[in-house]
Amino acid sequence: MSSLEQLVVAAEADFAAAPDPAALENAKAKYLGKTGQITEQMKGLGKLDPDARRAQGAVINQAKEKIEALLNARRSALSDAQMLARLNAEAIDVTLPGRGRGFGGIHPVMRTWERIEAIFGSIGFDVADGPEIETDWTNFSALNSPENHPARSMQDTFYTDGKDSTGKPLLLRTHTSPMQVRYAKMHEPPIRVIAPGRTYRVDSDATHSPMFHQVEGLWIDTDISFADLKGVYLNFVKAFFETDDLQVRFRPSYFPFTEPSAEIDIAFGTGPLKGRWLEVSGAGQVHPTVLRNMGLDPEQFIGFAFGSGLERLTMLRYGISDLRLFYEGDLRFLKQFN
Amino acid sequence: MQFSENWLRTMADPKLTSDELSHLLTMAGLEVEEVEPVAPPFNNVVVAQVMQVDKHPNADRLNVCQVDAGTGTLLNIVCGAPNVRAGLKVACAMAGAKLPPGDDGKPFEIKVGKLRGVESQGMLCSARELKLSEENAGLLELPEDAPVGRNFRDYYQLNDLKFTIKLTPNRADCLSVLGVAREVAALAGVPLAAPAFKPVAVNHDETLPVKISAPDLCGRFSGRVIRGLNARAETPQWMKQRLERSGQRPISALVDISNYVMLELGRPTHVFDLDKIHGGLDVRWAKQGETLKLLNGNTVELDGWVGVIADGKEAEAMAGIMGGDATAVSLETTNIYLEAAFWWPNAIQGRARRYNFSTDAAHRFERGVDFATTVDHIERITALIVEICGVPGQTRVGPVDDQVTSLPQREPVRLRVSRAAKIIGIPVTAEQVADIFTRLGLPFVQDGEQFSVTAPSYRFDIEIEEDLIEEIARVHGFDNIPALPPVAANQIRIAPENQRSLFTVRRQLADLDYQEVVNYSFIDEASESDFGGKDPIRLLNPIASQMSVMRSQLLSGLIANVRYNLNRKATRVRVFEVGAVFRKDGQVGDGPLSVAGVAQPKRVAALAYGPVAGEQWGLTTRPVDFFDLKADLEALLAPAGLRFEAAAHPALHPGRSAKVLLDGRDIGVIGELHPRLQQQLDLPLAPVMFEVDAQALQQRAVPVFRDIAKFPAVVRDLALLVDQSVSVQSLIDTLQSEAQANAACRFMQHIVLFDEYRGKGLAEDQKSLAFRITMQDTQATLQDDAVEAAIAALVEAVQKNHGATLRH
Repeated sequence: MSSLEQLVVAAEADFAAAPDPAALENAKAKYLGKTGQITEQMKGLGKLDPDARRAQGAVINQAKEKIEALLNARRSALSDAQMLARLNAEAIDVTLPGRGRGFGGIHPVMRTWERIEAIFGSIGFDVADGPEIETDWTNFSALNSPENHPARSMQDTFYTDGKDSTGKPLLLRTHTSPMQVRYAKMHEPPIRVIAPGRTYRVDSDATHSPMFHQVEGLWIDTDISFADLKGVYLNFVKAFFETDDLQVRFRPSYFPFTEPSAEIDIAFGTGPLKGRWLEVSGAGQVHPTVLRNMGLDPEQFIGFAFGSGLERLTMLRYGISDLRLFYEGDLRFLKQFN
Repeated sequence: MQFSENWLRTMADPKLTSDELSHLLTMAGLEVEEVEPVAPPFNNVVVAQVMQVDKHPNADRLNVCQVDAGTGTLLNIVCGAPNVRAGLKVACAMAGAKLPPGDDGKPFEIKVGKLRGVESQGMLCSARELKLSEENAGLLELPEDAPVGRNFRDYYQLNDLKFTIKLTPNRADCLSVLGVAREVAALAGVPLAAPAFKPVAVNHDETLPVKISAPDLCGRFSGRVIRGLNARAETPQWMKQRLERSGQRPISALVDISNYVMLELGRPTHVFDLDKIHGGLDVRWAKQGETLKLLNGNTVELDGWVGVIADGKEAEAMAGIMGGDATAVSLETTNIYLEAAFWWPNAIQGRARRYNFSTDAAHRFERGVDFATTVDHIERITALIVEICGVPGQTRVGPVDDQVTSLPQREPVRLRVSRAAKIIGIPVTAEQVADIFTRLGLPFVQDGEQFSVTAPSYRFDIEIEEDLIEEIARVHGFDNIPALPPVAANQIRIAPENQRSLFTVRRQLADLDYQEVVNYSFIDEASESDFGGKDPIRLLNPIASQMSVMRSQLLSGLIANVRYNLNRKATRVRVFEVGAVFRKDGQVGDGPLSVAGVAQPKRVAALAYGPVAGEQWGLTTRPVDFFDLKADLEALLAPAGLRFEAAAHPALHPGRSAKVLLDGRDIGVIGELHPRLQQQLDLPLAPVMFEVDAQALQQRAVPVFRDIAKFPAVVRDLALLVDQSVSVQSLIDTLQSEAQANAACRFMQHIVLFDEYRGKGLAEDQKSLAFRITMQDTQATLQDDAVEAAIAALVEAVQKNHGATLRH
């Protein structure tokens, strides 16, 4: 083995023995530094004749490159080890929970409300909102429910101590239907609107709440028929419940503000409520008296209206069994819908 | 409206099962709410007669009976009932009979066996054992003519169902078995067997003078005198049975007959005790202040809005609603005046309700009762009275006195077939329409596609074309109308960019760790006044005192939510609500979306209680405070800048509450609950909350682009010593107005407070506030001297206005 080869072997051993970068740099100096052995040998070349110088120079260079390669390898090994040590030191328990803020959620009935806006919005319905304290005229008379008419007893009304401009007590709207008249008076047909909101009736038991939510729907144009109502509502419930395995039944009924009038029942094809008819809406063709009160000519414009209970739809959608849960503000209930 | 299926089928009997019949009614708009068997299943029970009763040799309370059950031999049956006696007809469960389960829920099978040593070959039954009623006094006693050996279920017509239908207010014509039968006959195409009315022979000429003073109350008044009756006569079993299965409790023969005819024909009638009537009758509006003791024992005060039947002395009945106590029939009654009238629906509507009760009569009359058949129905009821309460040789029937003042005019209603097709959305033909009208018994004249229909006297719901279209749709069948997705021109509808939906606001609040609640809009007056509601809007008819006023704020509801959840072991509650609040406000007028005198804006409120963060390992626990909520509120309204001004609020801590200003407009409040309320409500920690106008949250300015400066910004920190009473906002205001007013400061861009310090090293009443001020010239690099000049100007301004000094 030549001395240069021995030098390479010695350098490798020295480098390997260096425990950290500082020691490695010291070891490097021993070979490649200004007074290092390779450098010394290079200095010795000047004494040789050109040919021998070239030949010996090449040999030294080879050795130098080898040592440099060994040095770099050792450097990177040391830095890898250092990084590894750091990484090990810095390791955390990734299963510890994330820190900081929690999250809340929206009320299940609002979730339904939002989805209904999206569903009807997708077929071009506007959304309207109006007063909850209403006049007798807008809540009843405009909707073809004259005073003392037995139809009024279908909806027990809360009255307030305020009076309207004709001296009748103001009331809490018993349905969202007043928005039919308000909206239609503000817009020209074709009218396509839903009006979700709070409604009130003097009723309180396991299946009735004195305050609840309805969504009103109204579509008026020159030719919107009862068959169209069936089509729209069928599509709505299929979209809302995200299933085609659903039957919808329209059953003759009576509301002063629609004629013909229908109650709408649905029945699921699967699930715990399978096969049972469940009432979800009242609907019908807008009554000519109501159209006149909207300022429209019933000979020219016809259309349908419907009103559905948001609590009812929410209960069916999520399998909620008790209406009262919606208003108790119990976080254990509400957080289930986040 | 409840009735027995068997009774209905005596008048209209389609070849349909009970289920099919129920479906038929429901789909025709007569919603069947409930179908209930009149008795649960049992078998092997027969009509039997007790022939002999002997004391049980081994038991004092038991008897050993010889019973004829029609089997040819007498059965030996042990019986403990107190009313068992020889000759009694009873229901006897034979050996092998399966009776309805008892209270233990196990089926009850009758076997031959020994009872205290004596063989018993069956059981004599009480009504309760057969689950016919709760009656447990002893054996069910059957009439003397009950045929021995007959299957008891057949004899008692127990294979019958009770139908309960929910009638809509327009279908008063179906408030009777006849009415429902008429509908069934039309829908199923079977003949209608209406009860026949044969006039009862008149055998004396007495009448009672009747005057109709109020033709706008009473259009027709028919009546007759009947003398010599036995009011103690027993109501026949068949009638009792039909009454019971219609939900009517049998009372006494005369009352039962009147009720029966009401159920059968839909005709409320009234039977007066003739001997208690003073002189003749006057049908009139009541006088102001007049009183009347009603059949139900209540005395009511009347006025001119209520009709009465009066005699020479006083009001004796509330017209069309309820009879009076003074002239009511009793078991002593022998002479009666029988009345059937047509009361105008609008003269009855709302009256009973005003007195907070309802009666079957009022329910029918306010919806409309057939005005053509009062005399027929008087004949029907007379026949039943004579048959049941008549005394041969004594009963004398007077002539019917029928007075008509004014009756509803039935104007012909036009129907265009094309209009029906357009509204229903199906092609209907004139032939179909004619067939439907014929089946419904609606008389019509046809002229091509136009029909002219005159409603019968029992229909009060056919006044306009749509009423007829509804009949066509209903009889055609809603199921037979297709569901068509309508075609409409597409139109893009989207809210303006500077408006965001309340759902976006809700989602943001949810992301800020608040849970949405929905609280009632009506609350108790004390909470309302605690939270500053002066002169709230009151409900005239609240369902409970704690729901008697309309809320003018949302915060008290959120506090209630905290208490509710703390009581259920929650320790951290963060809730929000979006909803309307209500205030009297004379400024509000009637408008497209407003009601005069009432402001009802939507508000958004949020509340946080307990630790600032949920239970976790990585953060030091501290209670949520004002500034946490303030940050959330600022985030909700960002990028708009808010101002907060200390302001008093009755429910909030006076030193920790502020009004919230957006562009100078007061949009709400923020603060910590007043310690007095916190104590009163027994809350361990103080909730912090805000409530702001929802509209303000929905507004979002559309962004405007500005050039990004190419030159570096300069940042300077400014630590100011001020008196503790100086608010940060006032310093910022001064700095900003100086920046506006003084050209030297024109490069100022932002001011951020980054430190507040009080305590060691400072005077007791001092605080140090450190601001970071960013300056930038968009056109050139800022030179040091310009920066120093600006800072000097700012310092001078705060020195002058707030006595601030630089802290070194």
